[in-house]
Amino acid sequence: MNVLTDNFAAFRDGFLKTVELTALSTLLALVLGILIAAFRVSPVPALRVFGTVWVTLLRNTPLVLLFLIVTLGLPALGLKGWDSFWLAVMALGCYTSAFICEAVRSGINTVSVGQAEAARSIGMTFSQTLGHIVLPQAARTAIPPVGSLIIALTKNSAIASGFDVMELGALQKELNADAGYNILVIFLWIAICYLIITLTLSGLFRLLENRMAVAR
Amino acid sequence: MSEVSVTKDAAPVAGDLVALTGVNKHFGALHVLQDIDLTIARGEVVVVIGPSGSGKSTLCRAINRLETIDSGTITIDGKPLPQEGKELARLRSDVGMVFQSFNLFAHKTVLENVTLGQTKVRKIERKAAETKARALLDRVGVGTQADKYPAQLSGGQQQRVAIARALAMDPKVMLFDEPTSALDPEMINEVLEVMQQLALEGMTMIVVTHEMGFARSAANRVVFMADGRIVEQATPDQFFSNPRSDRAKDFLSKILHH
Ligand SMILES: Nc1ncnc2c1ncn2[C@@H]1O[C@H](COP(=O)(O)OP(=O)(O)OP(=O)(O)O)[C@@H](O)[C@H]1O
Ligand SMILES: [Mg+2]
Repeated sequence: MNVLTDNFAAFRDGFLKTVELTALSTLLALVLGILIAAFRVSPVPALRVFGTVWVTLLRNTPLVLLFLIVTLGLPALGLKGWDSFWLAVMALGCYTSAFICEAVRSGINTVSVGQAEAARSIGMTFSQTLGHIVLPQAARTAIPPVGSLIIALTKNSAIASGFDVMELGALQKELNADAGYNILVIFLWIAICYLIITLTLSGLFRLLENRMAVAR
Repeated sequence: MSEVSVTKDAAPVAGDLVALTGVNKHFGALHVLQDIDLTIARGEVVVVIGPSGSGKSTLCRAINRLETIDSGTITIDGKPLPQEGKELARLRSDVGMVFQSFNLFAHKTVLENVTLGQTKVRKIERKAAETKARALLDRVGVGTQADKYPAQLSGGQQQRVAIARALAMDPKVMLFDEPTSALDPEMINEVLEVMQQLALEGMTMIVVTHEMGFARSAANRVVFMADGRIVEQATPDQFFSNPRSDRAKDFLSKILHH
């Protein structure tokens, strides 16, 4: 009768898979996003060009297409042996990194140039200036939009269900196959699972924001 | 009166700490620095003065390469300024810079502002860096503010912290770009006093300022700039009482009657 209790193990596995997929993709997106943002403000023209191309390509490509490119394109290029989960992490992480990069970069733009000049004038290198002076101050403005991007990533991760990753979104196909359940109830439970993740994320980012506001 | 060269110096001499030769710089069509030749000897205090837009800030910023130049050479202690990179960072750490707008690291405490360069650039141990920072903060009279954030300090206090931050790197030369222009009148003197003391202790200083009291009492030489050129160089006494160029006469009449 009850979809959730009857299929608790499947829900739990799907939930955990979505959490895992979101967490790893977020990690990749943050690392890449900050790195590419650093590229985009670096004094090296080649890096700036690379950063611009990265953002332009990834931000303007539909995510589904990116999944297709990664899952079909990489094996075609000889990169075999990656399972669908890691390919999904790559697609989601790279896609979101372009948006994170822009959020970080707009944060960087709110820090007055005098801060970086003062850092350079005491002999700090580009990476020290960025790491110790500019990024920590950029974080205050970048954190709220980054929070929204990670919530969007969580929801985007459902696309992975179309590419053989058994996460929450895939549950619906599986359960629908066993007839007898009300499809709306299935969707409701899946939605609640997503809400648990996204509301937790919202809370975490709210906390982080408050923390940054206190430390001036 | 100390001897001061008022003619254009030729190639850098061994005793010169900062030497600019044939320096040119454009901002688009604007020729901000035109054939600048300037040498500053070790221990010398040079005040740069001139109308707004004459290129004083650009000159200062070019000396630690916050601004690149189009042609000419700039050497610090005999070494030409390198290209952007580690080498330049090292050289910059020997050139202290004090900005009009203080530019203290807003997310760091006063103490951290003064230790950061020591620990990250000089790789000095944190304990030793803090001891030195506290001594410097005492010296500029803001020792009791060490644990505050810059925004909690007055402008005069912030600027003195900025001087301490630069001094913490043991610079060979200090550049000051209008260090008192952003300050309320009652705070100007506390900053000038610190600078005066520094000059007395033998620090090599290049100071862009319109504070004539400071120029008269602390400077060995006044450099007058207009339209991107060095128009006149003289001792402060000579310059203020008997300027030779019309540009300088005109400029002085404006600021003196102000
Ligand atoms: N980054 C820049 N891009 C374009 N033009 C600039 C830039 N920086 C300065 N300038 C121009 O170069 C000229 C010289 O500027 P600079 O700041 O060196 O003058 P200054 O003598 O310091 O003037 P002030 O007394 O107003 O500080 C000015 O006309 C200024 O508008
Ligand atoms: Mg200026």
